[in-house]
Amino acid sequence: MHFEKYDPDGFYDEMFEAPARPRRGARKLAERLESLPLEEIHARQRAAEQAFYGSGVTFTVYGDRSGTERIFPFDIIPRIVEAQEWRQIENGLRQRVRALNLFIDDVYHDQKILRDNVVPRELIRSARSFRTACIGANPPEGVWCHVTGTDLVRDGDGRYFVLEDNLRCPSGVSYVLENRRVLKQTFPVVFNTSRVRPVSDYSSHLWSTLQSLAPGRENPNVVVLTPGRFNSAYFEHAFLAREMGAELVEGSDLAVDGGVVVMRTTQGPERVDVVYRRIDDDFLDPLAFREDSMLGVPGIFEAFRNGRVALANAPGCGVADDKVIYAYVPKIIRYYLGEDAIIPNVPTLVCHDDTERRHVLDNLDTLVVKSANEAGGYGMLVGPHSTREEREEFGRAIEANPRNYVAQPTLALSRVPVIAGDGFEGRHVDLRPYVLYGKEIFVLPGGLTRVALRKGSLVVNSSQGGGSKDTWVLSDEPSDPSVQDQ
Amino acid sequence: MLSRVAESLYWTSRYLERTKNTARMIAVNASLTLDLPSEEDHWAPLVEAMGCRASFDAAHGAPTADNVVGFLTYDTENPDSLAASVHRARSNAQSVREFITLEMWEQVNRLYLDLGRARDAGDTSADFYTNVVRSCQLIDGITDSTMSHDEGWHFVRMGRMIERADKTSRMLDARYLFRLPEDARRVRPYEGLLWAALLRSTSGLQMFRQRHRQITPERLVSFLVLDMAFPRSIRHCVAVAEEAVRAVSGTPNSTFRNRAEQLLGRLRADLDYTHEDEIIEKGVHEFIDALQLKLNEASAAILETFCPAPGAAPPRGGT
Repeated sequence: MHFEKYDPDGFYDEMFEAPARPRRGARKLAERLESLPLEEIHARQRAAEQAFYGSGVTFTVYGDRSGTERIFPFDIIPRIVEAQEWRQIENGLRQRVRALNLFIDDVYHDQKILRDNVVPRELIRSARSFRTACIGANPPEGVWCHVTGTDLVRDGDGRYFVLEDNLRCPSGVSYVLENRRVLKQTFPVVFNTSRVRPVSDYSSHLWSTLQSLAPGRENPNVVVLTPGRFNSAYFEHAFLAREMGAELVEGSDLAVDGGVVVMRTTQGPERVDVVYRRIDDDFLDPLAFREDSMLGVPGIFEAFRNGRVALANAPGCGVADDKVIYAYVPKIIRYYLGEDAIIPNVPTLVCHDDTERRHVLDNLDTLVVKSANEAGGYGMLVGPHSTREEREEFGRAIEANPRNYVAQPTLALSRVPVIAGDGFEGRHVDLRPYVLYGKEIFVLPGGLTRVALRKGSLVVNSSQGGGSKDTWVLSDEPSDPSVQDQ
Repeated sequence: MLSRVAESLYWTSRYLERTKNTARMIAVNASLTLDLPSEEDHWAPLVEAMGCRASFDAAHGAPTADNVVGFLTYDTENPDSLAASVHRARSNAQSVREFITLEMWEQVNRLYLDLGRARDAGDTSADFYTNVVRSCQLIDGITDSTMSHDEGWHFVRMGRMIERADKTSRMLDARYLFRLPEDARRVRPYEGLLWAALLRSTSGLQMFRQRHRQITPERLVSFLVLDMAFPRSIRHCVAVAEEAVRAVSGTPNSTFRNRAEQLLGRLRADLDYTHEDEIIEKGVHEFIDALQLKLNEASAAILETFCPAPGAAPPRGGT
């Protein structure tokens, strides 16, 4: 009995509702795990890791001359999301992505939301991700953010919250697809009987979304633009390009010629219609943004403004991804859609407000403080796990630049069992589902479950010792044809 | 296809071919030394053939079995070592991972991972080199049987053939250089062993025997330079490389529209109308020196034609 001693410890456990009592959707998995000797479970874990090495889903440790390869740590116990939970998540994400796109379009045109004082004008003016060059730009259908990876968390009661909106170049979806591929080999039997919704068609949805951005062009030429193979997400760029059958290009492969974007081929220049760019705005075009960028394509922004090429996501959409703007998203949803947010925000204190700042400074030891424009778990203070020096440093930084900081309560994130030592232990997780938006919105039924593999840790980022798990979204429709595709 | 992708495919395949040849040369030499008089130096020719005499001398001094094998196999300071070739092959393959088939990538990656393990274990056994050769042959086979035979594959063939022609010429050169200088036709008692080893280095001994039976210098040159059927002969390699270039550009035979076609076509025609006696008459070493220069020029012309550096002027057309 592997789970006899497994203790949810007072946290919300995604697999067990009480000690030794698996939740409904996890019963088959729990039974299966109980039926396997521990050595067999370990052997399957090793086989899964080997499968990642074998297909090269690895990243190189920088500065290591011997070229040591590591895999993104993976734990074979899946995280299960039941069908009705997922419906709420899906509706919430659709609502949020629709509102955020209306917001971005408004901010770069009439700025009605600023005139109505729903979002302070000063916040936009001071947002580093607000691009004056984008004012008046008209991406196809008024959609700016075509690929979103929203971070969700659950608290001690199992309620979902949006933790972060990732609107710029959210990464990780390749791990969703690879994790699934590997896990199907790891637990084929449970998989067959659990009615898990498929994720493998993500690439074809991404492809149609990108193609829809070039209306009027027959057989539009879609490319994936990567900063290059030394980028930590390069594997994903290559993966998605391959899955879509699109060219994977680097900045030097593209040029702007006669107002259109072309790529250099062995047969001469060839026109490009849609660029799924995995390069930040800053580096996209040295003529429009950072002059010293060697990664981008000179003139591509001008071509975008003139409607000669589509960029996904559109430049400037990061304005809605600022962690301070985030605090206003529930208001943004209400303003544009007249609805309450289906998935609430984590309560957030904004430091540019004097009262809230004082509260933050007085409670640094219990709060999580984030700077507005950092990602990957950097520029962050987890109060309860911090030292006095760290708190003093953050206090000074907040005083110096209040607009740049927000604070949230430290959440008792939900947990999922991982294989640890001679059995299983609970570890904290979050969930990043992916949303595509072209002519319509598509929410991938699944997502990246990131897990803080260090005992007690709340930081799930891969740069901070996090790993991942496969995420099973269950179907409750007996004749759901998509499930048969497995 | 993207110029950058074409270029990476070209180099992936060149480095894989280099890996295979290096492994085979080391293994054959190691086995050969067991049969040869021990007072003579049998490792210098290998360093010479690899074209890394200068960097070897700078690092080591007198060649011995251990230092040559170490230098050619695992020394990452040596850009021509087996480890360096595998590393570059994999880097290039990785940069076009989205373009090559999964099976190709997995096998290249496995070669790289296996080599890392062998290096950690300090493995220089005959089995190790055999496995490297076999692994490269497996990649060749997987490439030819899983990759569509269109543009990308033609660049793979160009890289493979240019590299192979170069390596065959180097092996021949090394074994000729160390023949007794005063009389090229006089045969040392163990000369036959050296020649057989040379043929074995190109996996050509069996095919040679079927065609020529007994080994003589003339037949050796004829077989390794001019034989049209033997897949490692220089003439065969040049002809296939030229064909691959034309398959990409669509230029008809006997005409040229770019410098790659011009240079390869001229070299191929030259080899078509050369007799082995002429090569021996003028000197094998001189012939090979000139040939290697032409192969380098052809390689540069291929890249200039199809993969010009960003901002470079478009290549000059022919007639």
